[in-house]
Amino acid sequence: MVGGVKIIKGVKILQKYLTRKIVVYLLTFFFAVTIDWAIPRFMPGNPINVLVSRFAALPESIKVMQSYFTQAFGLDRPLLEQYTSFWKALFRGDLGISIYLYPQPVLKVILEALPYTIAVLLPAIFVSFMVGNRLGAFVARKKRLDNTALPIFYTLTASPYFWFGILLAWFFGVVLKWFPIAGAYSYLLRRSFSWTFIKSFLYHWILPFSSLVLVMLGGWAIGMRNMIIYELEANYSRYLESCGASQKLIRKYSYRNAILPQVTGLAIQLGTAVAGTLTTEIVFSYPGIGYILMQGILNQDYFLIQGCFLFIVIGVLLANFIVDLFYLILDPRIRKTYTGEV
Amino acid sequence: MTRKEFIYFILRNKKFVFSFCVLTFLAVLATFGPMLTPYDPLEFASFPYQPPNRDHWLGTNTFGQDLFTQLVYGLRSSLLVGLLGGGLATFIGLSIGFAAGYKGGWLDEFLMMLSNILMVLPTLALLIIIAAYLPYRGVAIQSVIIGFTAWPWTARAVRAQTMTLKTREFVDLARITGCNNLKIIWQEIMPNMMSYVFMVFILQFGGAILAATGLDFIGLGPTRGISLGIMMQQATLWSAIQLGMWWWAITPGAVITLIVASLYIMNTGLDEIFNPRLREL
Repeated sequence: MVGGVKIIKGVKILQKYLTRKIVVYLLTFFFAVTIDWAIPRFMPGNPINVLVSRFAALPESIKVMQSYFTQAFGLDRPLLEQYTSFWKALFRGDLGISIYLYPQPVLKVILEALPYTIAVLLPAIFVSFMVGNRLGAFVARKKRLDNTALPIFYTLTASPYFWFGILLAWFFGVVLKWFPIAGAYSYLLRRSFSWTFIKSFLYHWILPFSSLVLVMLGGWAIGMRNMIIYELEANYSRYLESCGASQKLIRKYSYRNAILPQVTGLAIQLGTAVAGTLTTEIVFSYPGIGYILMQGILNQDYFLIQGCFLFIVIGVLLANFIVDLFYLILDPRIRKTYTGEV
Repeated sequence: MTRKEFIYFILRNKKFVFSFCVLTFLAVLATFGPMLTPYDPLEFASFPYQPPNRDHWLGTNTFGQDLFTQLVYGLRSSLLVGLLGGGLATFIGLSIGFAAGYKGGWLDEFLMMLSNILMVLPTLALLIIIAAYLPYRGVAIQSVIIGFTAWPWTARAVRAQTMTLKTREFVDLARITGCNNLKIIWQEIMPNMMSYVFMVFILQFGGAILAATGLDFIGLGPTRGISLGIMMQQATLWSAIQLGMWWWAITPGAVITLIVASLYIMNTGLDEIFNPRLREL
């Protein structure tokens, strides 16, 4: 009976924890969409004029373009109506028409680019998290190793993502000529599920992937190193030590305790990691969201920029939610951490 | 810690001394560098495609612009963005953290909800959407938008510290003697976390530089003038890597990495200075 009550209580706490998280994510989404709607309308300067001046040479076409864009944004209607119709269009999946890739809808352009971003981003986050944490734990409190490894980790984590991409592209692509440095697959191939295509895809994927892994790895390793040093000072470690437990065993327990804050860190770092991937894609002309976004910016394709923004936000929110679930599995004491502070 | 002890520990800390020297050197370079070069950063100074040589210390790019000149001017704007953007983010983070932690109640709930939202919202995406619509962008505007998006984690940390400090006796004593809230925060609470505030500023400084470089690289840098991110963007757009022009594509990023890595190392060094438990290793 007592066990049953405990489980019900646990489920309630779980529900409360998840509800609270979901509320934050929904509010964030709401906030993001509102920004997406408000910025083009309230920013100084008129994006429509910029667009028109880019496209129209003849005075008559200027008029046509101006009225087209005014209608496309719905700028001639009251603000509240504009706002609600913005949401309606969003739920219909209507993000406007891309100007850079006219006349493709923005949604289609983004959905085509999305798999490439995911293909480099997710494995990179996963691998760097695993390897970085192990490395950090391995290095901690080993004087020699620590002193050589720490500067390397700091350099990795301090370098802008895209710069590290440039560095790898230059060294492995131009000096050693081992890997291609542009595109997601050979220009001679078309997309298909053939072995040659997959091989070409992986061959092009290696450099952007490794560049992301290396930059992300530094941060995890430093975080883990600091956590382990802290955990090795903790009473339970001292106790184990006085019991004559091996260093290996003590470190194993420290690692388990130290991994939890790292998972929280993972949630915080997601935004940075996504941003890093976007810029790295530009270096390798990798046709993901980042590359599309840059084209959108260079061509002043505002619908495309706004669409990318929404997709990035949705992606980061989903990923945050997954990390939350993961944390629940990892930490049995979740209620303690969250009753004090979320 | 007396001042003498403090100076002793600072000078003994290799991490701090090293990073301090590097940063001072870069700051001097940014201040006086433009006087060392006869060119203008956007001027077509000489023949294109030159590797580093005696006349052009860091070579020239595809347009024949002198890269050393671009680098020192770019360094100037990077450090400025770090100072302004990082400073603003620290200031906002402190104010919100103090307000939320000291006042509590609904203000706390509201501010923390706001910081939660801004924390999950990817900063670069937010910066992009704001910067993309600005017809004119300069270093100052860039710093302001970075400052207004980078404060949440600082605010949360400051809030947590404020909440523990405000229950201490000396704060109660100040309250009994009738000090107003601002004075209590300013004179009783803040001095107790000065070391922490300084470290936060260093991290925000580095973060602002990285954020600005990312913005520049993606095509949303200052509309006029030069920055390290714009140098790399141009290098990428004009296929400097494919042409083997490492001096164009790699040096600017190396400088950024040097700045940010020094800041991080300085932060760790300061941590060791302020926190005796970390000191012996």
